[in-house]
Amino acid sequence: MNGPRVIGEQLPAGPGFSWSPRRFLPHWLRREPLSLWLAAIVVAGAAALPVLYLAVRAAESGDSAIDSIFDGDTAAILWRSIQLIALVTLGSVLIAVPLAWLTVRTDLPFRRAWAVASVLPLAIPSYVGALAFISAFGPKGLLQGWLEGPFGLERLPDLYGLTGATAVLILLSYPYVFLTVRATLWRLEPEMEEASWSLGRSPWQTFRRVTLPLLYPAIGAGALLVALYTLSDFGAVALLQYDTFTRVIFNEYNSAFNRASAAALSLVLLGVAVSLILIEASARRRARYYAGANAARRNRRIVRLGRWRTPATIFSGVVTFLALGIPVFVLVYWLARGVNAGESQLFDWGAAYNSVQYSMAAAVATVIAAVPISILSVRRPGLLSAGLERFSYVGFAMPGIAVGLGLVFFGIRYATGIYQTVYLLVFAYVVLFLPVAVGSIRSSLLQVNPRMEEAAMSLGRSRINAFLTVTVPVIRPGLAAAAIMVFLLTMKELPATLILGPIESRTLATSIWTAAEEAFFARSAAPSLLLILASAAPMTFLVLRERSSN
Amino acid sequence: MTTEISNPVAWRRFLLALGLAAVLILAVACSSDDKSDGASPGSELVIYSGRSESLVDPLIKRFEEATGIDAKVNYAGTGALAATLLEEGDRSPADVFFAQDPGGLGSVIELVRPLPDDLTDRVPDWARSPDHLWVGVSGRARTVVYNTDKLSQEDLPETLDGFTDPAWKGRIGWAPTNGSFQAMVTGMRLIWGEERTRAWLEGIVANEPRIYAKNTPTVAAAGSGEIEVGFVNHYYLHRFLAEEGEGFAARNYFLPGGGPGSAVLVTGAGILKMADNVAEAERFLDYLLSPDAQGYFADETYEYPLIDGVPHAELLPGLSDLNTPDIDVSDLGDLAATQDLLREVGALP
Repeated sequence: MNGPRVIGEQLPAGPGFSWSPRRFLPHWLRREPLSLWLAAIVVAGAAALPVLYLAVRAAESGDSAIDSIFDGDTAAILWRSIQLIALVTLGSVLIAVPLAWLTVRTDLPFRRAWAVASVLPLAIPSYVGALAFISAFGPKGLLQGWLEGPFGLERLPDLYGLTGATAVLILLSYPYVFLTVRATLWRLEPEMEEASWSLGRSPWQTFRRVTLPLLYPAIGAGALLVALYTLSDFGAVALLQYDTFTRVIFNEYNSAFNRASAAALSLVLLGVAVSLILIEASARRRARYYAGANAARRNRRIVRLGRWRTPATIFSGVVTFLALGIPVFVLVYWLARGVNAGESQLFDWGAAYNSVQYSMAAAVATVIAAVPISILSVRRPGLLSAGLERFSYVGFAMPGIAVGLGLVFFGIRYATGIYQTVYLLVFAYVVLFLPVAVGSIRSSLLQVNPRMEEAAMSLGRSRINAFLTVTVPVIRPGLAAAAIMVFLLTMKELPATLILGPIESRTLATSIWTAAEEAFFARSAAPSLLLILASAAPMTFLVLRERSSN
Repeated sequence: MTTEISNPVAWRRFLLALGLAAVLILAVACSSDDKSDGASPGSELVIYSGRSESLVDPLIKRFEEATGIDAKVNYAGTGALAATLLEEGDRSPADVFFAQDPGGLGSVIELVRPLPDDLTDRVPDWARSPDHLWVGVSGRARTVVYNTDKLSQEDLPETLDGFTDPAWKGRIGWAPTNGSFQAMVTGMRLIWGEERTRAWLEGIVANEPRIYAKNTPTVAAAGSGEIEVGFVNHYYLHRFLAEEGEGFAARNYFLPGGGPGSAVLVTGAGILKMADNVAEAERFLDYLLSPDAQGYFADETYEYPLIDGVPHAELLPGLSDLNTPDIDVSDLGDLAATQDLLREVGALP
């Protein structure tokens, strides 16, 4: 691994350097093109707009909001949120990491099908998921009787409260970790695992001592997303009757109509988010990365599961059954019941078309916006790049309604031309989902030795050419995972879509919401199923491509 | 910087990707242009509707057919739309705000204009703003939904007071963050006074009610037997009966003793000061208060019509048997005091 580094260090940063105006810049800015820094700063600045808005509004809130922040109940509710976050994050990692490893590195039967199925829970809006779990597992639930036989469950535990909220949120959000870990597993250099095997370690020891440490950055990135998602979720926790901080904010917006105090409370939420981001960052500093010198593809050894094949298959099956099977079953049941009752307004293809269109635009725009920040945070670790990267996370941690209102505030004043058009909406999606893309791209960039690009430049390639020909092929799984996550999240995004969407443009998510609000279950089931199907398409494409590239 | 293309394949891929992105963005742009053009000026109307699309969309279509006006509706939650209007201020494209509950209208009271008496006079006094700044469109009664497997009407008390009896411990469901619930408590404070209201809330809290996010899950829980009684708006039950059939094991119980437990609350609409299409907006409100639209609320959503001469659904009790408190439910000062009280007794976080 030392060879190529020497080459890189002996050469200037790249051709064209000598005449560049960049030479007048401070040293730390000079090493990457100025345009990259500028792009990253603009993107992070955009992500910071909603925070600015919250600060403006919170300043108007006066004493009552301050009082409510500092009273004892707020602390108690924050503590409840933190408990939920810890449990959901831990549970998601425990499910997602083995599942990712099984579907990438072993001879698990139907592993491509499991891979697709394991991502899809991400496409289920949390309130739909929670509603489905309640009708399945609640008293007189649909599946209670059915489960008694094969699974030996005589009485289902109460779904409400911390236990239920934890279980449901794990099932809905483990795919964040699954996707980031999978993307990293695909590009892990096989040498170290091979060395471990050749030294006589068992596959389990190899996984624990060699593979797992290599996965820490990806696990951290995914876990942070799970934690922030749990922090900002309202739909599932409200239905599952577990009081979290978002309920306080929700009450301020929707019952008290007090946006100033809602803003002040949202800033408290943001404070928790920043703590989580810093925890991940400090864990990241302790983790070690291995930038492989060799980006060439090699045949990877597939782990034979042997007698573990059946338990592993059962594990994958149970996760898929719980996280995808049950919601789909309940949705199909609602749909069938509605069709029987003569319900006719089921499929709104215009909404599906809008959803796919917005989500594709959001995926492309978010990945492009995330690249500069990701490159700088990996290649030029320092205060500025770290700050920019952390800033990109704030949109994801804030209640969607706050991001939406923030962009109303700025949009109607300074971007009237694109107000209530798809452009501002896609901009909102970028702000909301930027960290999802940054996390995924960042962890895959860690596996690329920058000397490779420098070597390419020393051989006469331009910087952008070197990036495209050397780095992009290696980080492609990370880019694809980022695009797919943003696509899935945009498909189901609700609050910002409602506030900022072009007038009269339905999406699947808004159709589901408007129907579920008024207990039109059949009408909400059809677009929900469509949402899951539409989300399955890009994931299937990704999995099939993985096969062709190996 | 050198521009030598040493790997044409990569470049071609890069350009292809850029091209695809450009095509996509153009496609999106074209489709959004379609939406911003359309009808000729003067026949347009922009409505911000906190009432759900699934309930009012058929009505909007009827209005468009009847008048030829192109109504563009922005659907979202009442709270989100109220906040949006406040952020937009003078620049808002909205003409009409159609709100799920009067609190939403109260929060934008600075932004709405007085309505012609011809409109406001069609509804009773209690169903409009005292200053004629908004007008009630339909009524919903507060009621007790109960599980029919476990209870019959005879088991239920005459008034809400009965539910503070410890015998109801663990059997009640409510939705204290819900706007209608809070409006009921506001009515309670005005009818019963602060002390009695506080005592009632404390009594219910002592009975450890299950806390639901809103009306719909409360009714669902009453149907599944998760709770035996829930305090809700009356019309959600009819949605469940339509969806799940007559076998749905819950029914409404209108408290015979009246009081705040059977208060009638209104949905309402107002016209914004910055409206560009005031004439169209007035025609929309005129339509909402016409026999056609009021009949739609009575027959399709099981709400109470508010104008004379339109009968409500037969299976509902008459408005005169319910409580129509003459209070300004859009007064946010009252709402804040209600929220403080709910927080003090531990019903709200």
